[in-house]
Amino acid sequence: MTIRLSLALVLGLAGAALTGPSASAAEGAPHIPKESWSFSGPFGHYDPAQLQRGFKIYQEVCSACHSMEYVAIRTLGSDSGPYFSEAAVKEIASGYQIEDGPNDQGEMYERPGRPSDHFPPPFPNEESARLANGGAYPPDLSLIAKARAAHAGFPWFVFDALTQYQEAGPDYIYALLTHYEEAPEGVELSPGMYYNTAFLSGNQIAMPPPLSDGQVEYTDGTPETVDQYARDISAFLMWAAEPKLEERKQVGFKVMVFLVVFAGLLYFTKRKIWSDVAH
Amino acid sequence: MSGHSTYQPQGKFAKWLDSRLPILTLMNAQAIDFPTPRNLNYFWTFGAILMMMLVVQIVTGIVLAMHYTANVDLAFESVEKIMRDVNFGWLLRYMHANGASMFFIAVYIHIFRGLYYGSYKAPREILWILGVVIFLLMMATGFMGYVLPWGQMSFWGATVITNLFSAIPLIGESIVQWLWGGFSVANPTLNRFFALHYLLPFMILGVVILHIWALHVPGNNNPTGVSVKSNQDTVPFHPYITIKDTFAMVLFCLFFGWFLFYIPNYLGHPDNYIPADPLVTPAHIVPEWYFLPFYAILRAVPSKLGGVIAMFGAIAVLFILPWLDTSKVRSGAFRPMFRPFFWVFVLVCIILGWLGSQPAEGVYVILARIGMVYYFAFFLIILPVLGLIERTTPLPASIAESVLGKSGGGSAQPAGSTAAPADKG
Repeated sequence: MTIRLSLALVLGLAGAALTGPSASAAEGAPHIPKESWSFSGPFGHYDPAQLQRGFKIYQEVCSACHSMEYVAIRTLGSDSGPYFSEAAVKEIASGYQIEDGPNDQGEMYERPGRPSDHFPPPFPNEESARLANGGAYPPDLSLIAKARAAHAGFPWFVFDALTQYQEAGPDYIYALLTHYEEAPEGVELSPGMYYNTAFLSGNQIAMPPPLSDGQVEYTDGTPETVDQYARDISAFLMWAAEPKLEERKQVGFKVMVFLVVFAGLLYFTKRKIWSDVAH
Repeated sequence: MSGHSTYQPQGKFAKWLDSRLPILTLMNAQAIDFPTPRNLNYFWTFGAILMMMLVVQIVTGIVLAMHYTANVDLAFESVEKIMRDVNFGWLLRYMHANGASMFFIAVYIHIFRGLYYGSYKAPREILWILGVVIFLLMMATGFMGYVLPWGQMSFWGATVITNLFSAIPLIGESIVQWLWGGFSVANPTLNRFFALHYLLPFMILGVVILHIWALHVPGNNNPTGVSVKSNQDTVPFHPYITIKDTFAMVLFCLFFGWFLFYIPNYLGHPDNYIPADPLVTPAHIVPEWYFLPFYAILRAVPSKLGGVIAMFGAIAVLFILPWLDTSKVRSGAFRPMFRPFFWVFVLVCIILGWLGSQPAEGVYVILARIGMVYYFAFFLIILPVLGLIERTTPLPASIAESVLGKSGGGSAQPAGSTAAPADKG
């Protein structure tokens, strides 16, 4: 009797737990669709051409307001990244003015960037960034692809572990950049805000729609559309946040193959050793 | 379980060393010849897996500490340097961060195994209590480790958890300021957390040695719960248990590798990739997954002090568990009434964990209250009463009988067995 009671109690608990998230999802948490990325899955790798296009968008669009302080310019030459040539990296670096010093006169001075420099921020401090952006602070982009994710409710997060889903960040960035819409009737936008159905903290975002068709010139024949731009910049930001992704998956494959073989050998050794003992 | 080993040091140096420090005799008795029940299942390999994880955490942690900077202005950046510029730094850090989760997965399986098979009952009470001490030390270490990257969840998790102590009447505020080393979570807090995070694993190692010592006096429990009665019941630790443990450790490494190499951020929170900002509170402050059942209990109680007492009580009750369970039968395999209550308990713990990750409002709080009541009732009412009213199924006369009866034959005496005769309770 007590057993049945407690079982019923737990089944009730579990049932309520299962229906919980759908109730909260109805409150308007945006649904972020899963896109297909070259870097997903156990053999995922970055597409250098895509990262180079993404970098161009960062350079010509994003970097006007957003910093990327943890990324060194030299890493653009990484062969598991954008794979720019050494000369191209030097040229990109020299395009930036970096504050250095003090010199022997005790003065700070500006000099052309070097590959070892990090990307310089567009604003000297948070206050000036806020002043220039209507009070909003454009977040640093170095880790943005790992610092944003829509929550997968129960039981979806279990499948995410089994399918190795780690692309919630780029999926979100892509969705955010492609989900600017006219505010529906009855929605009063605050001054300086834009309507975006993918934004995680409400539908009003201070960032104006940053991309428009034909805005950035592609030289490799890739379509110059907002959709393509959004994919390329999302991929680039994933690389910026996780530059060792390829190395990780490659090392991982070798380790896993070794472990599987080792486990197999140990299994048969164990059977041999225990073969004379009933257990 | 002394006297089972007939080891004599061979060779000049071994004799010379062993007559001065009998470490060879000790290790042979405890790690080579040690008599171990022949019927242990794979749940008994988690002790070895936990030992492996402790070593993994200490080794990766020491190397990480060589590159980490415990300062509020530099900590986040130093972690990024490890990820981007240190050779295999990404591997070290992901191994350490995911290793903590693996450590807790293994310890929870280890604890539930002990609960199911009654491993806490006489004569293993001290062994169990030392295990709970290790669990507490692990929680403290895990909590402080999560603070070190100085992301948003680090900072706000530290703020929420340290603030719990302010619920203590009269001296609470003073204790919190003493913990912080100031009037808020700040640089002194980060510094001392780093110092303690480096210290506590070595305390864990010390208690682990006591834990193994306490294990090697009565010897292992086993799936029947029946004590070892003769050397027919046991096999020597080496090679029988060593090979089985090694196999299980490699399987566990495969599980670990899945997370480490393919979904290294799955168990973390995205907000911890945002540098700590004392002026911006995250929408939901969530601790690491392994604290979630206790976090749910904390928030299930409407008063702050009550919540803190309930949360610490949920762990404290484990200390007196050996005296709460009145059943003379150890193993759940022979306790038909215990089993459903046990599995409901496991399910309740999992559901409490999920509730801990949800906002503390509405139906979630009510469910957490029901779960909490069952959690405490399991220890304080169900286990004491079950032992008095339950009709257990017949126990096998011995481990050997349970094994041989099942397989219908086979050799009773494993080759090379040197087990002690039955003089243990």
